[in-house]
Amino acid sequence: MTETYYEPRDLEDFANIGEDAPEAGRKFFDYYATATGAGKLTEREKALIALTVATVRHCPYCIDAYTNKCLSLGVGSDEMMEAIHVGAAMVAGDTLAHATQIRKIIRKKEM
Amino acid sequence: MNDFIERLNACGVFPLRAAGIDILQMNITRRCNLTCKHCHVQAGPQRTEMMSRQTMAHCIQAAAHPRITTIDITGGAPEMHPDLEWLLGELAVLNKRLIVRSNLVVLLDPAYRRYLDLFAAHKIELVGSLPDHHAEKSDRQRGPGSFEGAVQVIRELNHRSYGLPGSGLTLHLVHNPVGAYLPGPQSALEGEYRRVLRDRHGLHFNTLFCLVNNPIGRYADYLKRSGNWSDYMHTLRCAFNLQTVSSVMCRTTLSIGWDGRLYDCDFNQMLDLTVNSGAPKHIADFDFARLAEREIVVRSHCFACTAGAGSSCQGALAD
Ligand code: SF4
Ligand code: SF4
Repeated sequence: MTETYYEPRDLEDFANIGEDAPEAGRKFFDYYATATGAGKLTEREKALIALTVATVRHCPYCIDAYTNKCLSLGVGSDEMMEAIHVGAAMVAGDTLAHATQIRKIIRKKEM
Repeated sequence: MNDFIERLNACGVFPLRAAGIDILQMNITRRCNLTCKHCHVQAGPQRTEMMSRQTMAHCIQAAAHPRITTIDITGGAPEMHPDLEWLLGELAVLNKRLIVRSNLVVLLDPAYRRYLDLFAAHKIELVGSLPDHHAEKSDRQRGPGSFEGAVQVIRELNHRSYGLPGSGLTLHLVHNPVGAYLPGPQSALEGEYRRVLRDRHGLHFNTLFCLVNNPIGRYADYLKRSGNWSDYMHTLRCAFNLQTVSSVMCRTTLSIGWDGRLYDCDFNQMLDLTVNSGAPKHIADFDFARLAEREIVVRSHCFACTAGAGSSCQGALAD
């Protein structure tokens, strides 16, 4: 049997993470439900944000959960890809924006 | 003992019993112009099963029972049954809620176009299937061009005032996932359907019913072929919602097969699971009192009715 660090079934234990820290666990799950549930933004818009963050953060559990959620909410694959490009552009953008730090140091250090 | 019984037992709600008969659902034919990939009936143009007039007459007699409020006609494509027009005429006299489930596309065929007017004349409540509001996804499930066909038919129904608020002519649409996932919240999807159908196609409808695909028939074949079977069953079991159990549709529905045999629902019908041994098994022996309290026959596929917000022929069961 091959074992890997990430298994799809790991997620079943997610609901139990509060076992050794019940108060923090409960507060986290309450917060999570409020933050991801429909508000001024629709559930659909929030699911796309969550999918983008999950992908940018390379979380296989959340990529699985939010791809399914997007499918369930009738989000098209083209819309999901469009959202991921926002994530990819932001990653590229924030990398390049940090180049200004390099440039600043170079300007200071070079004669 | 199957795992659904185990779950009900663990929750202290086994056995599940009927709580009356509100809806009489007649599956009058397994013939259909389409061969959808998710079809639990495994319907198609080659199927020949048709309910006889005699069986229809038994159904009409049963439908007259004062406690039955609704007659729900399904198939296959009910329009392809040569006696549908006669049946609707007989049932209309009963002055009850009369539902026909249509794949819509069939109404483009010149042989069945007359039903557009006939449905309106009898004030039939229409439940039309439109698996997805994206044309290409819907077509993947029901065949090329079927979305555009359904759009044309909804337009014609709208012209007859179907789906317009206050017209008294009701058009519900049915969403079911095009793949191995569960439908999202009905209210969210209904909003999305309404926006897309109105803005892109100028169409109107009353309500969206979100149905969970039941893991039987062609959908079970698809799940197995695509390697999704165990994941899907696992998802259904994990999504079990005790709150939905008291309102699963079999508790208030009696399903009648083309040959007159009686079932707790259309899904059990396709699995050949007739009503429990104590109750009459054929519409010719209809006995309201005994059938109204029968014990429901449940198996693993029942997890599709209790997942998340629940699922029935009238859409989700809970908010
Ligand atoms: S799902 Fe409905 S429209 Fe599709 S093949 Fe089955 S009976 Fe026909
Ligand atoms: S499949 Fe659903 S409707 Fe049919 S018997 Fe099971 S719970 Fe009842």
